[in-house]
Amino acid sequence: MTITQFFFILFAIITLVSGLRVVTTKTMFHAALYLVICLFGVALLFVLLEAGFLAAVQVIVYIGAIAILIIFAVMLTRGMMEPKGPTLNSQSGLAAVVAAAMLFILIRVLTSFQFQAVTADVPSDNVIQLGQSIVGQFVLPFEVASVLLLAAMIGAIYIARERKKGE
Amino acid sequence: MNPVNDIFIIIANFLRTLLGAGGLHLADWFVELIMAVLRAALLGTFALLIFMILTWIERKVVARIQDRLGPNVAGPWGILLPIADGIKMIVKEDTVPAGADKAVFNLAPLVAAVAAMLVYAVIPFGPDTGHGALAGADLNIGIFYILAVGAVSLIAILMAGWSSNNKYALVGAFRAVAELLSYEVPQVLSITVVVMLAGTMQMTQIVQAQTVPFIFPLFATAIIFFISGVAESGRTPFDLVEAESEIVAGYHIEYSAMKFSMFFLGEFVHAFAVCAVFATVFLNGWEGPILPPYVWFLIKSGAIFFIMMWIRGTLPRFRIDQLMAFNWKFLVPLSLVNLLVVAVADTIVRTMLHFTPDGNPWVWGLILFAVNLVMLFIAFGLLGRGARRGIDDRRTITRLPEDKAAAPASAQAN
Amino acid sequence: MLQDFAFVGIFVIVGTGLVALPLILNWLLAPKKPNKIKSETYECGMETVGETWVQFKAQYYIYALVFAIFDIETVFLFPWAVAYKQFGNIFPLLEMILFVLILAGGLIYVWRKGALEWA
Repeated sequence: MTITQFFFILFAIITLVSGLRVVTTKTMFHAALYLVICLFGVALLFVLLEAGFLAAVQVIVYIGAIAILIIFAVMLTRGMMEPKGPTLNSQSGLAAVVAAAMLFILIRVLTSFQFQAVTADVPSDNVIQLGQSIVGQFVLPFEVASVLLLAAMIGAIYIARERKKGE
Repeated sequence: MNPVNDIFIIIANFLRTLLGAGGLHLADWFVELIMAVLRAALLGTFALLIFMILTWIERKVVARIQDRLGPNVAGPWGILLPIADGIKMIVKEDTVPAGADKAVFNLAPLVAAVAAMLVYAVIPFGPDTGHGALAGADLNIGIFYILAVGAVSLIAILMAGWSSNNKYALVGAFRAVAELLSYEVPQVLSITVVVMLAGTMQMTQIVQAQTVPFIFPLFATAIIFFISGVAESGRTPFDLVEAESEIVAGYHIEYSAMKFSMFFLGEFVHAFAVCAVFATVFLNGWEGPILPPYVWFLIKSGAIFFIMMWIRGTLPRFRIDQLMAFNWKFLVPLSLVNLLVVAVADTIVRTMLHFTPDGNPWVWGLILFAVNLVMLFIAFGLLGRGARRGIDDRRTITRLPEDKAAAPASAQAN
Repeated sequence: MLQDFAFVGIFVIVGTGLVALPLILNWLLAPKKPNKIKSETYECGMETVGETWVQFKAQYYIYALVFAIFDIETVFLFPWAVAYKQFGNIFPLLEMILFVLILAGGLIYVWRKGALEWA
């Protein structure tokens, strides 16, 4: 086993175990923290793929903005001493059957698909090429992304602002 | 090679030969691993030493600005003060509030301190003289990595505020995170302008791309980065979230002894990291005539830190709504305008006037400096006009029912 | 390139060890005498009443939301900025100006709707 494989297995185990703990832990805040660890594990996997820029983007956007939003939502709506709810409810048997069927389908699909391994080297100026493709080949998705962000901002502010009396 | 300049490289080579071919004959990768661990330990110790020295310097400088002496009991000029503080922190009792979430409560100061220290991994202390730059790791996403590490410290603050089982800690954590998030936007936008002119994210190459120190062509950007850096470090005038008279120490209210010291350490280390990044990115990093590069680096970072201390001793604190308004209504629009203006001005100067940063650096730099001054003049003029208008716009104070009943009665009596 | 990130990983481990050292010293050397008064939650000397919760103030969430939008915008701007010096013509600059102007329009909308007021 090469050293890269060893680290891949380690990071994959970190990501999967923390992802599992997100849904099985009893306290909501702990679930949010496990989500942070899971996202950090994904960033480490990006590092293994030599995509350093994307790893940093993952940390900045996912952990620095989205996980903070989730933690704010958890902290603002749940008290600290709230009784910790059960993690399974009455439909857990049916849910287990559906999840097992889904797992079976996924394993069949993934093992029967021929993944093409990319063996080319990552160019050292990959961020420059990313920048050139943003304004070259992918300029329309770039501008549409800005319109999408604008729509997200307007929608969120419209929903979240307080209604003045009489509206 | 110059012995004083390259002293770290000489020591490193000596150790490599000692562990490898010359002395103990260890495997190559093991030698590299040991060298990496030593480098990491050296950087970590440097960060801790900087913390200790800076606490003493800060208290002395702020005291002199306030026309008093400062610490002078623990050793001559109070030099042994950090050691005395350290001993006090170690032997103090570590109280944990009842009902606190123990695992998260104990982890939060560790995460805060480590996240602050991680910035030092990419800061270059010296040039690349063929043996690798005098930095921890010269990542090719250098400055982007620094922004990523800043995001991790926010999680530590939320962990501390939540696990303390204290309303004030929770509110303090919210306000602190809201402030830190807000001031990250102009910081990232100003770094984008720097990367635009440097053409790379690697810290050593940003220093080498500065034929003229970037503080001249990017004067407004430097000011925006400095202000948002001071706000990010939680220093006065932006330290509302941890000031004693405001929210009684905010999110680290329930921490005592060494854990509190870890938060304090994180804040100082982060402040010095902001100064170091400013010196690297705007002031040409390690370059200077006579002294070795790392000494110049420390001088420049220390000068910026002195300006931070100067501001701390001089200005009063902002209120939280003034903080937020200043950021979202002034700094963020200014940094967006700055990005557009610098991009357009640089393109015009390079293509139409044919002054390039490589050909005539100082002419290019000074033309952009003039553009920056015009932009800042307009921006601060608008800010002044908005502030004057704000003074006239007084919100009406809601009258209480008994005042309303008393007023017509007294008017009738009169 | 992986060696540089490996150094960062080593730095995290070594840094955690260095920071944990005073904490462990504190745990070893400090007295441990918890009593009821010391373990109480601090509220300026008064008794705490009720559970620990904070009134939902939507303003915190709105600031985090607007920050998320601007964060993603700067993530798009960074590769553009790195490739700025290699652009041959003026079109990439115009496209970026359009991008920033659309998002500045969003900021002006949020400002005018009063979502940036602290009250």
